[in-house]
Amino acid sequence: MPTTGHEVLAALEARLAGIPDLDEAALEEEHIQVLGRKAGRLTSALKSIAELPVEERRTFGAELNRIKNAFEAAFAARRRVLSQAVRSRDEDVDRTMPPRRTWTGSLHPVTLVVDEIVDIFHRLGFAVALGPEAETEWLNFGALNFPPDHPALDMHDTLYLDVGGDPAPGDRMLLRTHTSPVQIRTLQASPPPVRVVIPGLCYRKDTFDASHAPAFSQIEGLAVDEGITFVDLKATLVHFAHDFFSPDTRVRFRPSFFPFTEPSAEMDIGCLLCGGSGCRACKGSGWMEILGCGMVHPHVLENCSVDPERYTGFAFGMGPHRIAMLRYGIPDIRMLFEGDMRFLEQIHA
Amino acid sequence: MIVSRKWLEAFLRQPLDSHDLTERLAMLGAPVDAVEQSHAAMADLVVGLVEAVEPHPDADKLSVCSVNDGGDELLQVICGAPNVTAGKRYPLARVGTTLPGGLTIEKRKIRGQVSRGMLCSARELEMGEDHTGILELVTEAAAGSSLLDALDLDDESLEVDVTPNRPDLLGHKGIARELAASYGRQFRLPTIPGGGMAIPAPIRADGAEGTTGGVRVAIEDPEGCPRFLGAVIRGVTIGPSPAWLRNRLEAVGIRSINNVVDATNYILIELGQPTHAYDLQTLRGSAIIARRAGDGEGLTTLDGKDRTASADMTLIADAEGAIGIGGVMGGETTEVRDTTTDIFLECASFQPSRIRRTRTDLGLSTDASFRFERGVDKWGAPDALRRCLEILLATAGGELDGSPVDVWPETTHPPRIFLRAERVRQVLGEDIPWAKLEEYLVAIGATVVSKPDDGRIAVDVPGWRPDLTEEIDLVEEVARMHGYDNFPSDLRPFRVGTLPDDPASVAVATVRDGLAAAGLNEVATMPMAGPDGEGCVAVLNPLSSQEGFLRRRLIPGLTRQVERNWALGVRDVRLFEVGTVFEAADPGQRPREEIRVAGVITGQWQPRHWSDGEMRDVNRWDVAGLFHRAVALAYPSATVQVDGESWVAVSPEGQETIGRTHRLDADAPPWAAPVYGFEVRVHPGTREIRRYQALPETPASTRDVSLLIPPGVTAAQVDRAMRVVKGTRLESLEVLSEFHGGDLPAGHRTVAFRLTFRDPQRTLRDKDVEKAFGRILAAVEREVGVAPRGAGEAPGEG
Repeated sequence: MPTTGHEVLAALEARLAGIPDLDEAALEEEHIQVLGRKAGRLTSALKSIAELPVEERRTFGAELNRIKNAFEAAFAARRRVLSQAVRSRDEDVDRTMPPRRTWTGSLHPVTLVVDEIVDIFHRLGFAVALGPEAETEWLNFGALNFPPDHPALDMHDTLYLDVGGDPAPGDRMLLRTHTSPVQIRTLQASPPPVRVVIPGLCYRKDTFDASHAPAFSQIEGLAVDEGITFVDLKATLVHFAHDFFSPDTRVRFRPSFFPFTEPSAEMDIGCLLCGGSGCRACKGSGWMEILGCGMVHPHVLENCSVDPERYTGFAFGMGPHRIAMLRYGIPDIRMLFEGDMRFLEQIHA
Repeated sequence: MIVSRKWLEAFLRQPLDSHDLTERLAMLGAPVDAVEQSHAAMADLVVGLVEAVEPHPDADKLSVCSVNDGGDELLQVICGAPNVTAGKRYPLARVGTTLPGGLTIEKRKIRGQVSRGMLCSARELEMGEDHTGILELVTEAAAGSSLLDALDLDDESLEVDVTPNRPDLLGHKGIARELAASYGRQFRLPTIPGGGMAIPAPIRADGAEGTTGGVRVAIEDPEGCPRFLGAVIRGVTIGPSPAWLRNRLEAVGIRSINNVVDATNYILIELGQPTHAYDLQTLRGSAIIARRAGDGEGLTTLDGKDRTASADMTLIADAEGAIGIGGVMGGETTEVRDTTTDIFLECASFQPSRIRRTRTDLGLSTDASFRFERGVDKWGAPDALRRCLEILLATAGGELDGSPVDVWPETTHPPRIFLRAERVRQVLGEDIPWAKLEEYLVAIGATVVSKPDDGRIAVDVPGWRPDLTEEIDLVEEVARMHGYDNFPSDLRPFRVGTLPDDPASVAVATVRDGLAAAGLNEVATMPMAGPDGEGCVAVLNPLSSQEGFLRRRLIPGLTRQVERNWALGVRDVRLFEVGTVFEAADPGQRPREEIRVAGVITGQWQPRHWSDGEMRDVNRWDVAGLFHRAVALAYPSATVQVDGESWVAVSPEGQETIGRTHRLDADAPPWAAPVYGFEVRVHPGTREIRRYQALPETPASTRDVSLLIPPGVTAAQVDRAMRVVKGTRLESLEVLSEFHGGDLPAGHRTVAFRLTFRDPQRTLRDKDVEKAFGRILAAVEREVGVAPRGAGEAPGEG
């Protein structure tokens, strides 16, 4: 056991010289032996400085620090050499063996479609608005200019809710058949200019089959301001079609009927499957109906206390379920409600 | 609405192409859903010209015919019909042709003679009941030419999708009017073969009743039936309709019944005006009255069903009782039969919403109710009546008994609407010159009654357009006639909206992205489900009882999707859903809605890798971790606590439980792993913005300790006891391991903790750390009675 400072230093220097020959286990053992916090030689030596005469402390301390740094460098160098040796042994590994997998989460195909549509309209200055799914008859129909006892109501097979009490006709509760009631809610709450898109679930009394679901998503848009015209409606939606589908998508607008817009239109795009030559999906027409739209009916603006002589606006609505089916080639809408892991893992962003 | 191409051609007097029609109608707002060849089953038949007829050598009733089918050689066809005559033309089915009934003609020998085809009777072509002989063609068509051409049956039917605002398109005339505007042509009603006789104009009755042909016609319910026209024809002969009439109806899928019924159906399909013929002899008394039904009053309708009327319905009655439900269906007792000689023809108007309620109450929708519900041209009724009379007189004979009567107690006119050019520009974004505006409005049948002087024109809208009631309706007509595609679609400057995104949508997006990143797959479940306890909101009119309620929770739907995956042999399932749940509020009030997120996991906790060996299944710690993540995403201000066997999330406001983990019971196959789930409310509140904390520049020191924890003491208690000791510079605590059993006292366990100490200002000295560590261990022993099983030094240093 070295007792003097010089002996200590000499012993340590000797051990330092031996490091490049140590194997992995011996190297770690040596590390503890020398630098270990409790019983390491160097650590003890450092602790013993306090016992030395004052005049020796400085030089001995400096020496010890130099050796400590040298040890650390030597340990690190030896570790590098050893790990390189391991790596060269690794060259025998069969790298065609499967790598590690992690669970890959995913968003629902309809969410992907809605998010992308929302992104496009965000860029055009629209914000997202939401509203309740259980709605009054007035907000779902009356405020949207559906006359009572009108055949237009037949376009909406409605599910009514049993909430008790004895509601007056307009107060009856139903499951909204479209996201359009949120148009009314938004306009009543915020004066123009208003530009919102409204994604959400809607309900119809439809038998659940390959192309119908009793609950389905819709995304609606509304722009109301001074000076908004049919040209703005067309321009906005053509831009959308080119952005969402592709820049060379053919688009056409044709007259239609919705009680809450006038003029009303359907927007068709060139069939995504046949490109316009006619196929079963487009019933031979070369066109696919993609959204309904129109200029907000003056009665709707009046019902929201917006002056229809001063303000005009456009609205549109489309079905992300159907768009998702078209986009990803999903043949049956029920697959979007079944949670089949094999299906979910196929479609990613 | 099914329309016939040939019928439209008769209106426009030009040949039409169905593809072109489809295109034009789509751009006019009446898209064509389907085009079908009419009489497609007869498409392969040709005109056969019989050149010679010889008796069959071995059969008395058969003839051997030499038939010219346009080919180089004559065909030998054996025919059993008595009327086959040389020099005449008959429908010929050649070898390989399939008849409408399904029989395919083959070459065969009949009593030793070869027959290479078949000459057909009307019945074999399903064109009538006559099978006494083959159908002699009255045509000069060349032998071998198409039979459909020769019979003028080369028609197509177009299924037009008519929106509920356009009742005028529920007749060929209305569609022809639109097409005439599109082609820039005039259109006229087709001429009626054998028609053209003078029909007197209906005579307006004074007040609410009048007489025609000895029949008193009265309106007692002018709200339900504002106008009623009638006429009497005596001496009709009920019989089959002529070919032109039959062909028109059959081309649009209506079976020919007899000349009288066919005439009324023709008017329905051509003009969109329902009419009804009554057998006058079966009328009790000589009056026809449109009146409100007495309560509980009943009759048997034409379809043989007994109907009970309610007071809201308009009945057509004779002196003794109901003979029809006005605007919906006639009664059985006055139905026109083969023996009928005198008829009363009704052409009336009924109030749309009353008809709608009537047909809803009766569950009886007819061609008539469909049109009246949408609005039939009240002002066009006299012309419709006269045209129907023209067809009846031409096809069923008889004599008109006096002038028709027109009972119309309260005369009205279609509205006059003012249209401002400035309004057109304001809505459509384009300046459309006056001349164009006028041209478009005239094309739809409106009358422009004044010239522009004060920037507007007065427009009298046509009676067949009940949808045109105000200025915006005319703006739409202008746009439609201008052509939507003729408006520019260049983006013009606009003001952006200033509303923020709904905070709930931001919260939902955060939750979705976060859980997908945590390796869960997003799904959707049906919000309608079976009952799920108290407070469930019921659907009044569900499609089935399994969909009779709105969901209160998301977890059950997700559990069913796990079971479905198991049924498909999928063991590793990791799903989440963000959706709305509903809870009943006070009676008559809107149900409470809440956006929630729920997740379920089962199967291996990580995908198996060959280098790892056996992979463990998910356990409660996995779901607890996901739950913490979900709460942090969905309700960041909530805290997670332990509640019995679950973890729960508690809101800071009011200490409400807003989320929970679940060990789920599911219908599991033996190979399935346990299923865990969680459900949390999504809180749309504003998100706290985390501030940057200066990163430490001093080293940390760690100390490990294994504590022997007796029963009843929790890790959380130990954690708290360690942290409350002041001035220790304890930065963090980590649980390294837990150990049960071995030689530990019963119910005891050891839990190893690693304590990390750091002073941000200076490097901690060893003895400071030792001192602090000692104080903490003493505190733990004092506070919760837990002592180290053996303190050790951490390997390496920080």
